[in-house]
Amino acid sequence: MNYTNQGNNDTRSGFGAGMTELGRTNPKVVALCADLIGSLKLQQFIDENPERFFQVGIAEANMMGIAAGLTIGGKIPFTGTFANFSTGRVYDQIRQSIAYSDKNVKICASHAGLTLGEDGATHQILEDIGLMKMLPGMTVINPCDYNQTKAATIAIADHHGPVYLRFGRPKVANFTPVDQKFEIGKALMLQEGTDVTIVATGHMVWEALLAAEALETEGISAEVINIHTIKPLDDEAILKSVKKTSCIVTAEEHNFLGGLGESVARVLTTQHPTPQEFVATQDTFGESGTPAQLMEKYGLNNKAIVAAVHRVLQRKR
Amino acid sequence: MPKLEELQDLVQQTRRDILRMVHKVNSGHPGGSLGCAEFFVALYHEIMQLNDGFDMDGIGEDLFFLSNGHISPVYYSVLARRGYFPVDELNTFRLIDSRLQGHPTTHEGLPGVRIASGSLGQGMSVAIGAALAKKLNNDNHIVYSLHGDGELQEGQNWEAIMYASGNKVDNLIATVDLNGQQIDGATDTVLPMGNLKEKFEAFGWDVLEVEQGNDLQSVIDGLKEAKSRIGKGKPVCILLHTVMGNGVDFMMHTHAWHGKAPNDEQLAIGLEQNAETLGDY
Repeated sequence: MNYTNQGNNDTRSGFGAGMTELGRTNPKVVALCADLIGSLKLQQFIDENPERFFQVGIAEANMMGIAAGLTIGGKIPFTGTFANFSTGRVYDQIRQSIAYSDKNVKICASHAGLTLGEDGATHQILEDIGLMKMLPGMTVINPCDYNQTKAATIAIADHHGPVYLRFGRPKVANFTPVDQKFEIGKALMLQEGTDVTIVATGHMVWEALLAAEALETEGISAEVINIHTIKPLDDEAILKSVKKTSCIVTAEEHNFLGGLGESVARVLTTQHPTPQEFVATQDTFGESGTPAQLMEKYGLNNKAIVAAVHRVLQRKR
Repeated sequence: MPKLEELQDLVQQTRRDILRMVHKVNSGHPGGSLGCAEFFVALYHEIMQLNDGFDMDGIGEDLFFLSNGHISPVYYSVLARRGYFPVDELNTFRLIDSRLQGHPTTHEGLPGVRIASGSLGQGMSVAIGAALAKKLNNDNHIVYSLHGDGELQEGQNWEAIMYASGNKVDNLIATVDLNGQQIDGATDTVLPMGNLKEKFEAFGWDVLEVEQGNDLQSVIDGLKEAKSRIGKGKPVCILLHTVMGNGVDFMMHTHAWHGKAPNDEQLAIGLEQNAETLGDY
């Protein structure tokens, strides 16, 4: 593999580091949090910019509205809470006060997906990508590691318009280059291959690289693409790859309904019909357990990707 | 002509605009709109400090947010007659390709509107955010908002009410249109809200009541009194007692005209009770 783990780290700490940098470089950036400062790693931003931080308490709906209002006056608000409370709980507030109102709010969501772990299904949202991508004008980003999350956090401040930035709780491999530029909507080719395309987002990107390594020992050449921006989707990168490999596996820590896989399927069906297999949860809620146990049980690891590759290769003409 | 008479003429013309707008498209919300005509005219023509033209950020001017977006007819009429967009555009209310959507929005670029509203209960949070931005910008202007009384049944309001006092958002004047009616009937029947003055005070707000919310001078006096209480550590709430459908006798004191347009005959009666003053659009 061309990538080495620089040491496990959590993507939410990447967000916190990005916020710290934005606090020092962009005076328009303000942060709001709904009683989860520690979880969102916002303490350093707050220490350095107390006047630009708003603790709203356990009141996410109000937080989204205040964020929308802060844009009127030129601020760039970043809201922070868990992914479930960043989306489903406040969907109409985001829809009306932020998306429909064209407000420049960055909705930053930690603890997304099953890897939240032991807290269980009430907190493990697997529908948030779908909810957010359906909103007109919303950009949806799910970075894969600490470095990419930090870079994405910094990049979205310069993008005018609402953004949903999704990241997670556990310490996972940190493998993308520390200085890699983050371009919204631009897929990253991680590894070229010829037999199958694997496109992955979030925590599943490292798993895709591990899967490709395992497939190589079987003589299967997998191309691995990191889709960090689910909307707008980099259609061209996906089409270019499947024109070479003729089959594709999508991998995400999200329900197969409404996630990355469906967005990819739309592109392929309309432009270049291609056999596709989905590595995603199967229209189910999660449960308590360790992140590794949950990813194993719900079929969201490198083994599941390998199995999906085997399935899709059989369907390839 | 004394200023008050000029403003009264505006109020009457606004009522005509409201009736004609909803009649033309046989939809919209005349009841609450008519009840708030004096408030809007007072706010936009007497109370708020406004810059020329429209800039979304509204730096260096007072801001207004309409939370109960369904009373868009009164909002549009007053914005147009204050010069934000051509008065003739009121002709396009609720029509296809119009900037005057059924509920106000920024999406079509209508000058004067800074947030979409319609789904209820969201405006106070937005107003608080704008007030916080003003404080960060050292902008010494005031943020105003208007809310329906029935709208206070939405829980987000109480998150916002708690936040505003807890964080001393004292450059905010939130007015509640206390007409006692909502779609399904009297607010006290649908979901009793108790004593709103005591509730706001218990949440740490400075509350004043305007008992005659359809008397222009009373509304102006109330808003001026509220302005005088700005910057004293508490957000300010005005409980504005109005009559839904005010100025059109058969629409008054009932929830029946919350979201119903008059027919031709009813329009004629309504217009007869509100003679043209500044010229119809």
